Amino acid sequence: MDATRAEYCVIACAEAWRGDGEVLASPMGLIPSVGARLARHTFSPDLLLTDGEALLVGPDGTPEGWLPYRRHLTTVTGGRRHVMMGASQIDRFGNQNIACVGDWSRPRRQLLGVRGAPVNTLNNPTSYWIPRHSPRVFVERVDLVCGVGYDRAGAAGPSATRFHRLPRVVTDLAVLDFATPDHSMRLVSVHPGVTVEQVEGATGFALAVPDEVPFTREPTAEELELIRTVIDPDGLREREVPDPRDGGTRGGGARERDVPRAGGTRGGKAPAGPGGGGR
Amino acid sequence: MSDKTMSAQDVVGRLESGMTLGIGGWGSRRKPMALVRALLRSEITDLTVVSYGGPDVGLLAAAGRIRTLVTAFVTLDSVPLEPHYRAARERGAFELREVDEAMFMWGLHAAANRLPFLPVRAGLGSDVMRDPGLRTVTSPYPDAVSGRREEFVAMPALRLDAALVHMNRADRAGNGQYLGPDPYFDDLFCEAADATYVSCERIVDTAELTKEAAPQTLLLQRSSVTGVVETPNGAHFTSCVPDYGRDEAFQRLYATTPYAEFAERFLGGGEHAYQSAVHTWRKERER
Repeated sequence: MDATRAEYCVIACAEAWRGDGEVLASPMGLIPSVGARLARHTFSPDLLLTDGEALLVGPDGTPEGWLPYRRHLTTVTGGRRHVMMGASQIDRFGNQNIACVGDWSRPRRQLLGVRGAPVNTLNNPTSYWIPRHSPRVFVERVDLVCGVGYDRAGAAGPSATRFHRLPRVVTDLAVLDFATPDHSMRLVSVHPGVTVEQVEGATGFALAVPDEVPFTREPTAEELELIRTVIDPDGLREREVPDPRDGGTRGGGARERDVPRAGGTRGGKAPAGPGGGGR
Repeated sequence: MSDKTMSAQDVVGRLESGMTLGIGGWGSRRKPMALVRALLRSEITDLTVVSYGGPDVGLLAAAGRIRTLVTAFVTLDSVPLEPHYRAARERGAFELREVDEAMFMWGLHAAANRLPFLPVRAGLGSDVMRDPGLRTVTSPYPDAVSGRREEFVAMPALRLDAALVHMNRADRAGNGQYLGPDPYFDDLFCEAADATYVSCERIVDTAELTKEAAPQTLLLQRSSVTGVVETPNGAHFTSCVPDYGRDEAFQRLYATTPYAEFAERFLGGGEHAYQSAVHTWRKERER
């Protein structure tokens, strides 16, 4: 059983939470949500997950704790959390925008607002999930800095950099990070079927590209089984990222192409099914 | 204990144009929609609205009642973007003071505690700092490890002239109870306000409040509540669990109908007319 593109994305998202220990995993969007629960089921069993509302739940949906918004915000500022947010725009130092396109004072397109991006990025590890890697998202400069990137955190001083960390960016094409001397964005791996040139062409700024770019790792048989039969049996992931071999038209599905599913301090809605816990 | 029960119209009679008004709930969750609808029937305008925004903001923005909005987002939750808010914002209909979700909470905490500000890390390095009203504050205590004094955002108090919130239950004295999974920040809104108006699904005897629910569901103390309004289905079309969930179908109608058309069909009369119009709409749909 070959893995689909969406399944490589799930694996790449799950890897964001590897080694995180006993922290809250806050996935926003469907594929990060499948990824977080895959990590919880396999290599990161101590992760905490929510039901998308106010409860902390185990993989089978059993409540194990209470996390209303006010306590969620303390989990953020206390740092025991790793969030994966969406981004309408992201730049080479990891500044992210989910608020609006155009001039903030009179936006061309009003989007979500800053939500919890400022508090997230300054307080707990923040990764990003971008379902359609394109120059419209990967821009030279974001229109409004909601999530703080490395250059802006550095300029704002030690209080801003103290707990600031952007572990990874996962897209439908590749995995990226900021592990370069100046913390500019670097290509880490491409998903099987994707070329380095394709990623560079879909990115609106110069990426740091190592001489050898590996493929995103293969899922194990156990992981595929969990994704397909336990975590996302309805295959909702395939709608978020259609497999190119299906001749699926890229960009189909979502009407609001600039809008990540959520950007707040709370995770996105989980898919249904055992362990889904969606309410 | 004084009887604080009043009508939604009485509440609106105590509000004035130009006020700073806090609205409880979160996004499309447990919003005091009946009170917002009453506000829409009045002439009150020029408001500074402080809200974790949902359709409350969408309706007031569409009706042109907002001069300044203080928020971190406006969303319908299941519909990520609030279309009426969005349209108003894109035509520059009001001033926006955009802060982060946590900054917003600390602004309410500061007001509730009668402090001019509270320090927060959130905001540093981000474009919320473009707001000329935001300043930073330096800790008087050096960090034990680095020896440096950290600098933080001094989030100003979000003091409110009035707050509107919706509860599952309340007694006539203003003790308010939430029965869902999340109190949101309604107690803070009440404590940050000079006057607080609580609508609820049902007014019950004080003794009823703790008959089946635990005392920690008693979110609002009567000492910070001015008026109590019984408005069954008063959070509609937002969620008010466990009494009811969000009316997703109706919310979709709201989101896809031009405001003027929506207002004409649903907002022309009083609250009873609204609930009847929703009922009629539902019956038509079932056919």
